[in-house]
Amino acid sequence: MAGVDWTDSTVEAGGIKLHLKRAGPTAKKTRTIVVLHHETGTLDRLPFYDALAAHYDVLVPHHPGYSRSERPTWMRSVRDVAVVHRGLLSELKIKDAALVGLGFGGWIAAEMASMAPADLSHLVLVGAMGIKPPQGDILDLAITGYVDYARAGFHDQKAFDRVYGAEPSIDQLEMWDICREMSFRIAWKPYMYSQTLPHLLGAVRAPALVVWGDDDRVVPQSAAARYIEALPRAKLEIVKASGHCVDMEQPDALASLIVDFIGRE
Amino acid sequence: MHLMYFTEQPMSAYPEQAGRDFGATALMLSNKHFDPVEGSRLYNNYIEQYMLAEEVGVDGIMLNEHHNAPFCMQAKANIFAALLAGMTKKAKIVMLGNPLPLAENPVRLAEELAMIDMISKGRLVSGFVRGGGQEQLATGVNPAFNRERFEEAHELVVRAWTQTGPFRFEGNHYQHRVVNPWAVPLQKPYPRVWVPGVISKETIIWAAQQRYPYIALNTSIEQTKKIWELYDSVAADVGYVGGPENRGYLIQVHVSDNEEKAIENARQFRWMQGEFTGLAHPVWSTPSGYGSPTARRAFVEFASGRASNPRGETSFEQQMADLRIIAGTPKTVVAKLKRILEETRPGILALWGNDGRVSQADSLTCIKLIGQEVFPAIREIAKSLDLKSPFEANAPVHLKYSTDLKPRKAAAAE
Repeated sequence: MAGVDWTDSTVEAGGIKLHLKRAGPTAKKTRTIVVLHHETGTLDRLPFYDALAAHYDVLVPHHPGYSRSERPTWMRSVRDVAVVHRGLLSELKIKDAALVGLGFGGWIAAEMASMAPADLSHLVLVGAMGIKPPQGDILDLAITGYVDYARAGFHDQKAFDRVYGAEPSIDQLEMWDICREMSFRIAWKPYMYSQTLPHLLGAVRAPALVVWGDDDRVVPQSAAARYIEALPRAKLEIVKASGHCVDMEQPDALASLIVDFIGRE
Repeated sequence: MHLMYFTEQPMSAYPEQAGRDFGATALMLSNKHFDPVEGSRLYNNYIEQYMLAEEVGVDGIMLNEHHNAPFCMQAKANIFAALLAGMTKKAKIVMLGNPLPLAENPVRLAEELAMIDMISKGRLVSGFVRGGGQEQLATGVNPAFNRERFEEAHELVVRAWTQTGPFRFEGNHYQHRVVNPWAVPLQKPYPRVWVPGVISKETIIWAAQQRYPYIALNTSIEQTKKIWELYDSVAADVGYVGGPENRGYLIQVHVSDNEEKAIENARQFRWMQGEFTGLAHPVWSTPSGYGSPTARRAFVEFASGRASNPRGETSFEQQMADLRIIAGTPKTVVAKLKRILEETRPGILALWGNDGRVSQADSLTCIKLIGQEVFPAIREIAKSLDLKSPFEANAPVHLKYSTDLKPRKAAAAE
């Protein structure tokens, strides 16, 4: 996996400069997968991204205001982010993409799916925010420390240590604060969900895979059932020994679920 | 010189051990520890203190508000302001202040303040604050838009006070299609606005740009001087000369008829386990987006326990030595306050007289000595130093009512 060659570029979509990482086969027929990252931003490289890039043309855009993308001060909702990412797909002339949304990115993916219900090949939501959990609440960033919050995404703290180091760097803490500020700007109230999204998902044509870690302490698993109910063609997979960040804690297990779902190409 | 009495209105009857066990005394410390029987007793104690303060001749009674914490029982400063408007006769009601960003409806706030001004027959000073970080979380208000909401709510309140209605207000954070309050302030053009603060440069700059007096809250002499340096430089930019009428200062001063007892009671200024506003997780007191972006890196280091508090932590003894806490008989207190007046030259001075578990009897003694002995002496000193309050200097309520502007930068005058 270490041999995967990632390119960095800046793409302008909707007047916003987005940072884009891209890797994988470039043959014309290769399926494009757009991975939408968490509200904690994203690291530049992750084993999960590499695992997908072995099969697909993988795009990891940094959300506006997160990680290496600039912050649009006008932005007020997660739906705005979804529209900008839709613009990114148009800019890159990508059609029929599969979306893989991780946590907060799952909310963005679901919004994107609701906007143009017929033009996605597949929708994968992993521990997705965006819907009010019928039982329990989404963990509140605002009252949780940076490291405590990031650690809550993992079932096994050794997995956190492997990804971020036992003591994350000051650069990482600062980035978490920048990402947190953007999350407040666009998802403050109601916190981390949309009241209208569940009603808008009924038209989505693409098959959907809803994945949850069996020990998700960030988004209660009850939200998974709500997504399954709202999406016409959805199935649920639970990943064992995983917290909210399935992509970082069980990257191989998640990648194989996705490859099985989308197909090898 | 404008001389005021202040108390945080401590909820001194909460079980201290509960806070220590929980590890915090702000925002999330459960209100199961709030006893309303004690709350009732304490609110009435504070009314008694304010009435005595008026009786012994203070110029103003300073009020504030905080949420979800035992260090301050005022969840809505306008409630006490309304009480004092009806119960007192002479003292100014100085609100320092209403947290503007917490207002979902600034027009309602403008109405309440106008009512207080009319009922008090024009004794309102309507200070405004941003509110601490935890106040945003306690009220569900987005901390990332705190400063934008502060400035926009201020604009709307002032327009509701001064512009004939009905009019329409379409802002970024506030939209009001019909602004036409049937309650406007008695004082014209509008009640004086003072702006208290602790640390944010942005707030000092904003206050100076409006020509609103800035009230430094318990800063050291050196910090206070730096604040006035910045304020005066902005004042010069927009065309006026900053002076005592632009400067206020709040300081913790406990007065007693006995030196030892005064010092013992003054220890109560550190009653919230040494913290100014109770022990809080740093991300509660400074949620992301609330603080200045220039302080982000230093803040995350502190918030993750890898650096000491950028605001600094000082012991009781150090604060006594730095004259941030003063305690003693009127004679010792006046001598120390004189030094502060000479060095920092404020025209507004508030004494934060009692805190924590100081008994009601000792609190009343303190207020009596402040009014009968400390303030008369301070008035004489202020006269000799030519420290005029905004009232004495007849200072304009806002920059736009100035008649003496000589802007260094023409464009900045607007």
